[in-house]
Amino acid sequence: MRQPGSLRRRSGRLLLYGLALILSAWVLFPLFLIAFTALSPRPAVYAWPKTLVPDTFSLDTLVFFLNSHGVLSATLNSIGVALITLVLSLVIGAPAGYALARFVFPGRETFKVLILTTRAFPIVILSIPLAVTFIQWNLYDTLIAVALVHTALALPFAILVTGSIFVSVPKELEEAALTLGCNRLQAFVRVALPLALPGLAAAAIFTFVLSWNEVFAATILTLRNRTLPAHVLTVLNESPLPFRFAGGFFMIAPALVFIFVIRRYLLNLWGRVVK
Amino acid sequence: MAEIRLQGVHKTFGKVTAVNNVTLTVRDQEFIVLLGPSGCGKTTLLRCVAGLEYPDRGRIAIDGQDVTDRPPRQRRIAMVFQSYAVFPHLTVFENVAFGLRMQKRPDDEVKQRVQAAAGLLQIGDLLDRYPAQVSGGQRQRVAVARAIVMEPAVLLMDEPLSNLDALLRLQMRAELKRLLQEIRATTIYVTHDQVEALSLGDRIAVMKDGAIIQSDTPLKVYDEPATVFVGGFIGNPPMNFLKGTLQMADGQVVVSIGGQFLRSAQGQALAAPPGFQARLGNTVLLGIRAENIQARTEPVPGALPARVLVVEPLGSHLLLTLVLERSEGVQVDSESLKVTTGADFAVEPQPPLWLLLEPAKIRWMDPQSGRAINLERV
Amino acid sequence: MNRRLGRLGPYLLLLPSILFLVVFFAWPMAEALVLAVQSPEGVFTLEYVQRMAGDVAFRDALRNTLVLILVIVPLQVVLALGMALLVQAGLRGSGLFLYAWTIPLGISDLAAGIVWLTIFTERGYLNSFLHNLGLIQKPILLLSYENPQGLFAAVVVAEVWRATAIVMVILVAGLQLIPREYLEAAEVFGAGLWQRVRYVMLPLLRPSLQVALILRTILAFQVFAVVVALAGRTLPVLAGEAYYWYGTYRNTNVAAAYAVLILLLSILNTGLYLRALRTRAEELAL
Repeated sequence: MRQPGSLRRRSGRLLLYGLALILSAWVLFPLFLIAFTALSPRPAVYAWPKTLVPDTFSLDTLVFFLNSHGVLSATLNSIGVALITLVLSLVIGAPAGYALARFVFPGRETFKVLILTTRAFPIVILSIPLAVTFIQWNLYDTLIAVALVHTALALPFAILVTGSIFVSVPKELEEAALTLGCNRLQAFVRVALPLALPGLAAAAIFTFVLSWNEVFAATILTLRNRTLPAHVLTVLNESPLPFRFAGGFFMIAPALVFIFVIRRYLLNLWGRVVK
Repeated sequence: MAEIRLQGVHKTFGKVTAVNNVTLTVRDQEFIVLLGPSGCGKTTLLRCVAGLEYPDRGRIAIDGQDVTDRPPRQRRIAMVFQSYAVFPHLTVFENVAFGLRMQKRPDDEVKQRVQAAAGLLQIGDLLDRYPAQVSGGQRQRVAVARAIVMEPAVLLMDEPLSNLDALLRLQMRAELKRLLQEIRATTIYVTHDQVEALSLGDRIAVMKDGAIIQSDTPLKVYDEPATVFVGGFIGNPPMNFLKGTLQMADGQVVVSIGGQFLRSAQGQALAAPPGFQARLGNTVLLGIRAENIQARTEPVPGALPARVLVVEPLGSHLLLTLVLERSEGVQVDSESLKVTTGADFAVEPQPPLWLLLEPAKIRWMDPQSGRAINLERV
Repeated sequence: MNRRLGRLGPYLLLLPSILFLVVFFAWPMAEALVLAVQSPEGVFTLEYVQRMAGDVAFRDALRNTLVLILVIVPLQVVLALGMALLVQAGLRGSGLFLYAWTIPLGISDLAAGIVWLTIFTERGYLNSFLHNLGLIQKPILLLSYENPQGLFAAVVVAEVWRATAIVMVILVAGLQLIPREYLEAAEVFGAGLWQRVRYVMLPLLRPSLQVALILRTILAFQVFAVVVALAGRTLPVLAGEAYYWYGTYRNTNVAAAYAVLILLLSILNTGLYLRALRTRAEELAL
């Protein structure tokens, strides 16, 4: 029996809504779960069966994690590496992105294709030979070593994203500045940069998160100066459950905050890297 | 206060020749319009003068100095862009003041000059706003103010009115003309709108395929186009071009179209200008504008019979589209003609009309080359 | 003079990036190849490759990695496509949905593994839930080496949860590029929803699909931390073996051999995708 069109449309819409809600729950629910676990007292972690929401909230588990040997320094290391990566990839990558956006020159398409293909290569392969090299250069087990590899990972992304950010700033604005007395650098600083800044900031934050989350290279390249993921990974399967859960939560939380901050740019950032 | 000299300027982009060996001199304080269809190279030429493109060959001099290799900021130019290029992150005031700030002018001088320019363009009360908060037409004024506040020697304008709606465009055109007469800068203005060109320029340079076809006063370009292209491009409606044959009759070289010997409105045989004897027997193109053709409802000897296809009442006049009638057994070009008549000319489609051409306004063209036949040396 | 410098400009801007990528990308790749087939004396040898291939865990690692990819990637593509279409459907609040679904982009694979550990572990939420429903009395031991299927399933779930966002974001961007008029025209000419998806959206989405598949599979070949978090070493995978050969066994050469293997598989796979999903430029005239 055919329903009147609007009713069918509405039930169709409801169905879609339901689907969307289910998918959202699927994504969000586990995050709540780990938050609850990390924020419950240590005995509760071992308790079984678990209640959905803990009876008491407590920072006990988190504190236990943070006080564990090596965690605090690993966290500081992670922050340091991420900051260095952020700075390096923008300082090296943004000029290339600007060149791609503004200039037409022989080799431009080739360069673009090369950059795109670098994303088709696994990072695994980078860390192992680089570990050997870094030992020779006395760079092994340093933050800068990890940052260099992370920059290599983030650089193609930085180049393409900054390229598309600068493309979105109309060329004519800089040309107008040129006719009003600016040289190229002044035109860039006074006109292109202010307008590109929000996008660049978002790209910077995303690069930070990328570095913060990276596990494999960080583990291979460090021994005593581990980053947080490297440290947690190495001690993971010998650690008690509260440690693991609190560690997971602690790694996720700042990244979640950052992603929230740049949520409006996320789609643009990732989507643009395609083209 | 500067003369612009372009010599042999040539610019290619890959395989495309955008500017083809252009030589042009713009006198001090002259207002010249570069007019042409899209892709004719007018904007590229302007950008070469601005320094935003560097020509592959040729030299550009402003006020006697060779600026071919100099960046824009060393050329004493100011430019208004087609998209206005008003800086979104600065207030209207700071936009207009931008060039002055680059010159590190003292604050009170900046303030005074910006307010003067803003006053001229009637944006004085918008100075604290951001470009996103003002309309497109107002942004255009900001762009113009930003350029004229610099008191440049050379003012370059790239289709500044084309993004405005029709009514605003009309209004701004008049304002711009009055404004630029006061400014006294040598101005190069690019447009594809021939009405703008006729209205604004001291001189019009019509461009096609990267070259300047004709460079003359508006009146000359209108009445005496150098080629069929110019005649068809300028004027609304475009110039009509009739194919005629030159034949002898009564000791004169006269024109016949479709077997019909033409007479002028005064009744005399339509004679070719002196010196056309060499072209006897050849076809020739008669360029004649819609307003220079008289239409009669009764047959008149020497008039061209034509059938009315469309009547467009345009308020102040009628625009008729006609097609020439076949003479018995003679092939006539089936091209349509445009003729304007008074608004109360009683006419309907279908019945034939008889057309008389105004001899003084005929522009004789060579059909092979498309060029006007120079009347001094035929 | 100014112009000659101007012409160099773009190359100067590109130079740092090119240098960096050569040193920290191109060269290490070559180095890995060398490490895998060259003995410390500088002699070409297949010893390390043989050691890798002969290792007890090798076949399992290879098989596990490949099967994981075969299961995870199609699942993710379908899921991501569904999410992308839902976003395009223009429901009220689709912005919120989109944001929620992109959250996993900020979660590392290690953390994702731990998140699902809280659920799948013996005293975790899944068992608690099943118990509260009265379905089980004692917890199911999902993540033990006696239950390889359980381990496998757990890894699949965790990876799908974590990485679908990567595919989805690319697809959403690709969908947004499709001019609405194409879909509206299709609707006017009688195409229903499914037909519009199948005959208009999907073909025009092919380049984005291609990119998303390539990216996601490259990442999937490197699956490591999720497996460690959920299964320790009981579920061998290629990247994991590379790690253990480097760190625990201290044999850089065999580790390099694993790395080269992953590289070759990735290249092969990319080639496959490029062929299977190739679109001619004319087909796309967007």
